[in-house]
Amino acid sequence: MSSQTFQQMVFQLKTYWSDRGCVIQEPYDLEVGAGTMAPETFLRVLGPKPYRVAYVQPSRRPADGRYGENPNRLYKHQQLQVILKPSPADVIDQYLGSLGAIGIDLRQHDIKLEEDNWEAPTLGAWGVGWQVMLDGLEITQFTYFQQCGGIDLELVPAEITYGLERLAAFLQVKDSIYDIEWAPGVLYRDVRLAEEQQFSKYNFELADVEMLWLLFNAHEKECQALLKRKDAILPAYEQALKCSNLFNLLDSRGAISVTERVGVIAHVRKLAVGAAQLWNAREAA
Amino acid sequence: MSLDFLLEIGSEEIPDWMIAPALNNLQDMFQTLLDQQGIGGMVKSVDATPRRLVLRAAGLKERQEDSEELMLGPPKLAGPGAATGFAKKMGVKPEDLGTQTTAKGEYFSFRKLTVGRDTKTILSESLRELILKIHFPKTMYWNGKGSERFIRPIRWIVALLGDAIVPFEIARVHSSNHTAGHRILGSKSIVVTIENFEEELLKNYVILSANARRDKITREVQGMQIHHDAGLLETLVYLTEYPTALRGEFDEQFLSLPQEILVTVMRHHQKYFSLRGEDGSLIPGFVAVMNTDGDPNGLVKQGNERVLRARFNDARFFYDVDQKKPLADRLDDLAKVTFQAKVGNYLEKTHRIVTLTGTNASAARAALLCKTDLTTDMVKEFTDLQGIIGGLYAKAQGEPEPVWRAIYDHYKPLSMEGEIPATEEGKLLSVADKWDTLVSCFNVGLIPSGSKDPFALRRAAQGVVRILVEGKLAFPLKTDNEQLREFMRDRIEYYFREVRSFKYDEVRACMAVSWADLLDLESRLQRVQAVRSTPDFEPLAASFKRIKNILTQANVTAGGALDEALLEDGPERELHQENQRHQGKAIEDRIALLRPKVDLFFDKVLVNAKDEAVRSNRLKLLHNLLTEFSTIADFSEIVTEKQN
Repeated sequence: MSSQTFQQMVFQLKTYWSDRGCVIQEPYDLEVGAGTMAPETFLRVLGPKPYRVAYVQPSRRPADGRYGENPNRLYKHQQLQVILKPSPADVIDQYLGSLGAIGIDLRQHDIKLEEDNWEAPTLGAWGVGWQVMLDGLEITQFTYFQQCGGIDLELVPAEITYGLERLAAFLQVKDSIYDIEWAPGVLYRDVRLAEEQQFSKYNFELADVEMLWLLFNAHEKECQALLKRKDAILPAYEQALKCSNLFNLLDSRGAISVTERVGVIAHVRKLAVGAAQLWNAREAA
Repeated sequence: MSLDFLLEIGSEEIPDWMIAPALNNLQDMFQTLLDQQGIGGMVKSVDATPRRLVLRAAGLKERQEDSEELMLGPPKLAGPGAATGFAKKMGVKPEDLGTQTTAKGEYFSFRKLTVGRDTKTILSESLRELILKIHFPKTMYWNGKGSERFIRPIRWIVALLGDAIVPFEIARVHSSNHTAGHRILGSKSIVVTIENFEEELLKNYVILSANARRDKITREVQGMQIHHDAGLLETLVYLTEYPTALRGEFDEQFLSLPQEILVTVMRHHQKYFSLRGEDGSLIPGFVAVMNTDGDPNGLVKQGNERVLRARFNDARFFYDVDQKKPLADRLDDLAKVTFQAKVGNYLEKTHRIVTLTGTNASAARAALLCKTDLTTDMVKEFTDLQGIIGGLYAKAQGEPEPVWRAIYDHYKPLSMEGEIPATEEGKLLSVADKWDTLVSCFNVGLIPSGSKDPFALRRAAQGVVRILVEGKLAFPLKTDNEQLREFMRDRIEYYFREVRSFKYDEVRACMAVSWADLLDLESRLQRVQAVRSTPDFEPLAASFKRIKNILTQANVTAGGALDEALLEDGPERELHQENQRHQGKAIEDRIALLRPKVDLFFDKVLVNAKDEAVRSNRLKLLHNLLTEFSTIADFSEIVTEKQN
């Protein structure tokens, strides 16, 4: 097996999907929990227009932070998100081809597609699909989107989400994510360890709860105002994303009580669904 | 000539647990189609891998039989106009009509010949709908809104009747004689015939028969000391097209982690068989089942071992982190864990369970700690291990055995057949927890209905009943909630009837007396069951039913002291005296003694005596008799031979 660096692997995947008609986007520049939440997925899957896109999305999950001490857990991990809308009939073969492109000879490995359906209640979104297991390691989440923002999709997109750290650790035969070679001579720890340490501290201990609530309410208000118009859907959705991230932070600070939790999730959902509906109407027009 | 038929629905990977039910459904629907269309034939087999559902049938006719039907038109008297109308309706000329004489006179008639249709045409028209009707728990669409739904996208269809393709289309896929082999090892397009289908698949690394795949796995793991697990085996059979077992190892140092954790990681997260030594303890190895033909360079083994090592390292990390904050210090954190949105959090639940454990100090301590493991990293990662982790941590943190064992066991029984907690404290805690769940859910209107039972309240209630009876635990099921009382009544009845195989009328008879104390109920049931087979029992029970009817009609609800003087000599007095004589004896012993007297009484004595005082006294006699005998069961609920 080749011992390519993390970044080489990413380049190769991007090239592979670029060759298959994908727009290669850059990461969305807001804090999100998953590549799905970036508008390139969440909004683009709506409506009747075909679209293909691939991008790396750094994904923040404050509660998953482990102060850089756990070799397999990260507060922020990198996903390669691929959307093929509509999904082509040979989508799985195309996906398997991408593994070949990064040097995995599937004849030497065991690959299984195991049922794993996806649901994001805060986004009114769900789909069915699999987790792709390579020699017992989950390397990809494969989903046929069915609904987004509570809307049945016109065209069913395939969403392929690669866990890049896992894939790289697999290719480089590393037991710790931090030992992955990111660039020649530069390890993952050199690039990201400080970030994991400091943000774990911030997310669990330092974030000012009162300020987070203030921000949450301010962004929610802004979003609601923007949702009353039809010409600022993307800005409105950004505000919803900010609320979603603030919710995650509040959650990791343990600042959301039982009774509040359900309510806050419902608020975020309302914002996201509102933006999705406006976008869907615009696309259909 | 009879024809064979082959259908293969090629799909993307179908969830393993849905495959067997789908095959049954397909088989039933296809056989019904053959029967209804009169095209003969029987389904010979159904089989599947994750990527294909296959049905074979044999003995189909080439076409339906022709049939002739005599159609009667208007009476001949109605004249040529009516005949023309009838002929038009039949699609023929008036001169083609015949006449038919019936009892009512002469009628225009026509012999309508229906030419039997081609089997291929019938199948071609029916298969699309039949396939899309196969039931799956959750379906999807993939070609755009409003398009066909199936469990996963259909990618090819083989449909052969003899040598011919049965043409139809589903979701832009046209049936053909092309199948596909194993995703990695096989060819993507293989021409097949009915005869060479399985053989061609095998050449392309697809073992079509689930039995053959099961046998292959079973053969390959022989001698590997695997912990047998039929459920896991089935999962693996339906997750693979070409299964091959692979033995891997892990570092012995992980054996210091609790076995429960290691097994859960292997079984539930990795779908590995764990290995056990002679003494039942874990061996540092595992068996994975690959969906390929081998691992010549050891890469699959190396990969799986690394995944397992990472998982175990995670578990070790969780274990160490969790120990930094003992369970006792986690109590307040439970305020942030929702039990149920409408009911409240786990801290509140904890306090209620503690109260329910009463005066048992160990159980109360266990109750206080039992939910705290919900705040540990280990349980967040391995939710199936809730309770077990709490028990293991409590043990590691120095709680005495009665306490940690109670915590460890308190989710038991996990199923109808699952074992109940082993210790008194464990039983008490388990029942207290479940009973609290039932009471609090019912009180906010979360009540199971039909197939809907999102909080698994039936299972909780069944657990309570089993522990109280089989664990011989005294625990009052006190509630003011009428719906909950009714619900428990049903569960108790169900338990004794379905699980313990008491007859339904015995259960009803005994529960009619009381079901407040389940141990008492059980012992009364056993007594009734024993006495039922005695010859005098059922006739006596029939008499009791009669007594009950009489009392109901006469509106008698209370007994009272008899006036012996008012008893009529003969059967009435004898019945009373006989009954008096045996006071204090067990009901079982009195039945044979009393029965002749009761029979005689009903034979000779008119209950509705003309004299008001005599009648009233007589009814009292019957009422007292019924009451005395109803201490173990309401015998009038027993369904006797005659009634059946």
